[in-house]
Amino acid sequence: MLETIAPAQEQAPPFRLLTAKNQAPSRTLPDRYRLSHLRQLEAESIHIIREVVSEFEKPVMLYSVGKDSSVLVRLAQKAFFPGRVPFPLLHIDTGYKYQEMYSFRDQFTKENDLDLRVYTNQPAVKDGTNPYDLGTAACCGQLKTKALLDGLAAGGYDAAFGGARRDEEKSRAKERIYSFRDRFGQWDPKNQRPELWSLFNGHIREGESIRVFPLSNWTEIDIWQYIELENIPIVPLYFAQEREVIDAGGTLIPVDNFPFRDRLRGPIKTVKTRFRSLGCSPCTGAIRSEATTVGEIIKEMFQVRTSERANRVIDHASDDAMERKKREGYF
Amino acid sequence: MTSFIAQKEEQELLRFSTAGSVDDGKSTLIGRLLYDAKSLLDDQLSALEAKARVDGDQPDWALLTDGLKAEREQGITIDVAYRFFATPKRKFIIADTPGHEQYTRNMATGASTADLAIVLIDARHGVRTQSKRHAFIAALLGTPQLVVAVNKMDLVDYDQSVFEAIRRDFDHFVQQLGIRAPQYIPISALLGDNVVDHSESMSWYEGPSLLHFLESTPVGINRNLKELRFPVQYVSRPNQNFRGYSGQILSGIVRKGDEILVHPNQQRTTVESIVTYDGELEEAFAPMSVTLTLADELDISRGDMLVTPRHEAGVARDIEAIVVWMDHVPLQVNGTYTLKHTTRKTRALVEAIRYKVDVEEASQVEGQALALNEIGCLKLTTMQPLFFDAYQDNRKTGSFILIDEQTNLTVAAGMILKADQGGSDTLLANPVSAAERALYFNQKPLTLWLTGRVGAGQLAVAQAVERALFERGGYAYRLDQSAPRGLFRLAEDAALLNKAGLAAVVVDDFWQNPSREAARAQVGADAWFEVHLEASLGWAEANDESGFYEHVRGQRDHVDRAQQYQRTTATDADLTLNVEQLDVPELVASILAALETRGFLGRLRDEPA
Ligand SMILES: Nc1nc2c(ncn2[C@@H]2O[C@H](COP(=O)(O)OP(=O)(O)O)[C@@H](O)[C@H]2O)c(=O)[nH]1
Repeated sequence: MLETIAPAQEQAPPFRLLTAKNQAPSRTLPDRYRLSHLRQLEAESIHIIREVVSEFEKPVMLYSVGKDSSVLVRLAQKAFFPGRVPFPLLHIDTGYKYQEMYSFRDQFTKENDLDLRVYTNQPAVKDGTNPYDLGTAACCGQLKTKALLDGLAAGGYDAAFGGARRDEEKSRAKERIYSFRDRFGQWDPKNQRPELWSLFNGHIREGESIRVFPLSNWTEIDIWQYIELENIPIVPLYFAQEREVIDAGGTLIPVDNFPFRDRLRGPIKTVKTRFRSLGCSPCTGAIRSEATTVGEIIKEMFQVRTSERANRVIDHASDDAMERKKREGYF
Repeated sequence: MTSFIAQKEEQELLRFSTAGSVDDGKSTLIGRLLYDAKSLLDDQLSALEAKARVDGDQPDWALLTDGLKAEREQGITIDVAYRFFATPKRKFIIADTPGHEQYTRNMATGASTADLAIVLIDARHGVRTQSKRHAFIAALLGTPQLVVAVNKMDLVDYDQSVFEAIRRDFDHFVQQLGIRAPQYIPISALLGDNVVDHSESMSWYEGPSLLHFLESTPVGINRNLKELRFPVQYVSRPNQNFRGYSGQILSGIVRKGDEILVHPNQQRTTVESIVTYDGELEEAFAPMSVTLTLADELDISRGDMLVTPRHEAGVARDIEAIVVWMDHVPLQVNGTYTLKHTTRKTRALVEAIRYKVDVEEASQVEGQALALNEIGCLKLTTMQPLFFDAYQDNRKTGSFILIDEQTNLTVAAGMILKADQGGSDTLLANPVSAAERALYFNQKPLTLWLTGRVGAGQLAVAQAVERALFERGGYAYRLDQSAPRGLFRLAEDAALLNKAGLAAVVVDDFWQNPSREAARAQVGADAWFEVHLEASLGWAEANDESGFYEHVRGQRDHVDRAQQYQRTTATDADLTLNVEQLDVPELVASILAALETRGFLGRLRDEPA
């Protein structure tokens, strides 16, 4: 019935795509004008960092003391050389970091003339918040997520650089480079802006903010290769060394300075270990390793056994743990 | 050891996008590529096996590529996901785009940065509309290389004739579009045929395996080294002695001592040094991020562009562009948006939809509206000139996004075809259009018509509104009865002011009661905004400074009649405010808020500098 009333189909004019080239380029790129993948990633990250500084009033860089932070700082230095890094670094301190991290942080920021700010959820620390009594999720909620949101609000920052990468975890694969947050610092996976080419939309309203991830397209191996290439200083915990550890059901926790020694059951062993990522001492385990140089770490990476975050106790709760934390405002 | 690292550092980067209809096997293919490239980390794999055990089936490769929880519940991916893998030769970034009907926007996003696009076709189904659409969008976004992977060859007995038929069909379609011929590869994502290694079941196929092709196809083939395009991103002034221009080279090469031309002021100078953290360079090329210092002190700021003098960029304010609409709110013809192009932001007015592009049919159709996921060709006018190249020549200087000034959302992706009306050379010959005026004044023409009883305070409110508009950078002029005029004259004057691009604030306390319909018609409904100031007779009389009520009472003692003639209520007002309850600043604030909501005024914070 319907077909009989439908008008006869008109012949559409031949259509040619005006945005695409129909010819193969006559020559390929000369070798001297090829950029290695690391230099390409570097150029893109620098572009992102400069863009944020140009378009936002009060940016800040979240500084976690880890290797990604070290890389991020180097990229910021490159972006503004010969000038100084034009924004402060903010360390959200839970008080549970390893001693090596604190000494590295203070020395690194001093040597590089960086403006370091430290923020801690003091009331929670006074209450003795810890993962054993509260559970990992609640402890992180207080000492990390809440401290982060409060720290950002207190500084009035409208853009915060973070070192997260898309290869870290499944839910991050879809994260934007400019990640939009509402007035409560919350992330809504349904309300992220499309990002095309390298054109970023930094329009926000009063009170809203963005998180920016210049390392989005880097992988863990890229980070290590770049550290090696650029000779970037990192916390010694990343290198293998004989350490006294508690073997808590497969997770190796160094006993040195560990505040909750009595809470862990398991034999104490001396093992050559290193950290693949750094977090709080109660919730970050070390891995067995022989790698004492960046080169050796990279080599080990090619025979990886566990993905980067798996030695962090915090992610084990459920498959969606990371996504839930992100919605609540954690990175 | 160092040689091992050095070798990895020399890897090239290839970005590709993948698209396919639901169930064509895209997730399976990606999962297999990641797995075979040995980048599947052990614990992700054990998580996969745990799930598989629960499902009681063979490993489900798709689980590796699923993302957010909501999507998992729906069992469908709805957003671009980026994945990474590397082989000894190359590092790959996959933009994995969902193939579902309504997600043109995601496909365009994924394709915008891709060097190559893989379009999956299920061998059993042949070339379907969806596959064409995927190829079309990839091509539209200028993806230089297309790969058509004919999947599930195992289900058609690895039959060569099935593959050839699909190739023929698809070639026909591609020729119509006038784009480069794709590479066709018959595969089985599930069983691994021709994914990494050449398949023994398809000895008739002599081309490369998919991974081999990805590893060997030239990268950066559309990188343009001829024309320097260096948009200034950041002006670096760390001290009195240093003034550098930082940015990313979008195309071309720049050398120390090169002569360059600066858009828009068209001055020439030479490059004094190329500064980087790692020391000065003799030359730099796309896509490096560097800082340049110049021989002369010129007035250069963010958004300006340094180019090769022999190959200037196009400079124009009127452009024709293909646009992919990405927002739930449709495009507004005659609407203004913020346009971001290179490092430049300016306001743009959509003057017309030239035609629409029917993705299903790959054809040009008529149309006056553009909704979510629709594609059209627009004529745009920008407030400041753009320095651009046609998208097909330069993806970086030919692309832009549109941002909604109210919601701040990215509503469209644009690809410039050409300057409209031949560019800047003929600019002088063109009359100034209403659109240009609107952009220049950063306001839409507006007639604010204030009615009410005599004594309701229209004049005070009108003066305050005029002042408020003026203070926020608007151009307004007040019309009242200081020179007695008829209603129609006032409307005529207001219309003229509007034509000039200005806002008219009209005081109307005519005690006679003619219809405002005539005035509205004269001004035009688009520019008309009527505010009624409500007051009781007692209040109006008490506050009247003109002596009107005294006059009426003295004359005839017929206040009743006066009341009858006055506009006591207005049923046609866009906004009614009670002046007895609000003071003048409150009234002004309410009026401005209403004008913002109606889109007459841009929001203050977002106005581009
Ligand atoms: N026989 C066969 N089945 C396949 C092949 N590729 C994918 N499949 C199956 O097709 C179904 C859909 O695949 P999936 O990767 O989820 O499709 P997507 O929706 O495109 O991501 C699954 O049951 C896969 O196992 C193939 O090459 N051969």
